[in-house]
Amino acid sequence: MHWEIELLMMLVMITAALIALHIRSLLAAVVTLNIFSFMSAGLMVSMGAIDVAFTEAVVGAGAVGIFNILAIFCTTRSSLD
Amino acid sequence: MKSASTSPIIQVAIRGLMPVIQLVALYVFFHGHYSPGGGFQGGVLLAVSVMLGRLALGMDMSQVVFRTGIAVGLSALGVLIYASTGLAALLAGGEFLNYAFLPIPGLDPPGLRNLGILLIEAGVTVGVMMALIAIYDEIVDSRGEASATATPEPEARRMEDVRKPREKGVDPGPEGPERTPVAP
Repeated sequence: MHWEIELLMMLVMITAALIALHIRSLLAAVVTLNIFSFMSAGLMVSMGAIDVAFTEAVVGAGAVGIFNILAIFCTTRSSLD
Repeated sequence: MKSASTSPIIQVAIRGLMPVIQLVALYVFFHGHYSPGGGFQGGVLLAVSVMLGRLALGMDMSQVVFRTGIAVGLSALGVLIYASTGLAALLAGGEFLNYAFLPIPGLDPPGLRNLGILLIEAGVTVGVMMALIAIYDEIVDSRGEASATATPEPEARRMEDVRKPREKGVDPGPEGPERTPVAP
């Protein structure tokens, strides 16, 4: 059901993952990874796993983003490769 | 991280967001009986609110919200709540974490199970929240020690080295980014 929404979320997920791999600014990579996590949480909702989706949204888009930003503060702002 | 963010938008937004996140976390925790959610998600949300404050307001100002140094002990307290609930059921004649055997007078087994799950969730919430805050504080703390013992020069130089060519569009040259004023 709702295959259009699932397809859209899949496309956004893949696009966000590719952007996170190729972008040079690490802060933008963190934001796109958060988009990736949130879209995967939406996909889990559409598959009926509400509890897993909740955990994914809270941890993947919340705590991991903060720790990634902290890691950027501890190292450099821009990718070196 | 260590110092407060200079942007007033971020400061005001985080100050308004932190109580809302904490309220949602308490809702997730207490409504975990009837809906998705529970101890882990509520604990992570509480930790996220505190860590957002640390990130945006700086370590000094966010001491009002949560003091540094007590997180590890409180995390152990969360584990203690969990384990003591399980062991109380074990010592009262049941299995480990069998809430129906909890030695609390005046409650039938369904009420005991309800209360036991609430106690377990409270332990998980406190443990997860304090463990995450302890990890954050430890990262910031070790970072401060490293920059205090070693000279902070190479770090600042590297940041400037990365940022300068993009801002100014000039090559800093082989001798590094010395601030030589370019004659117009």
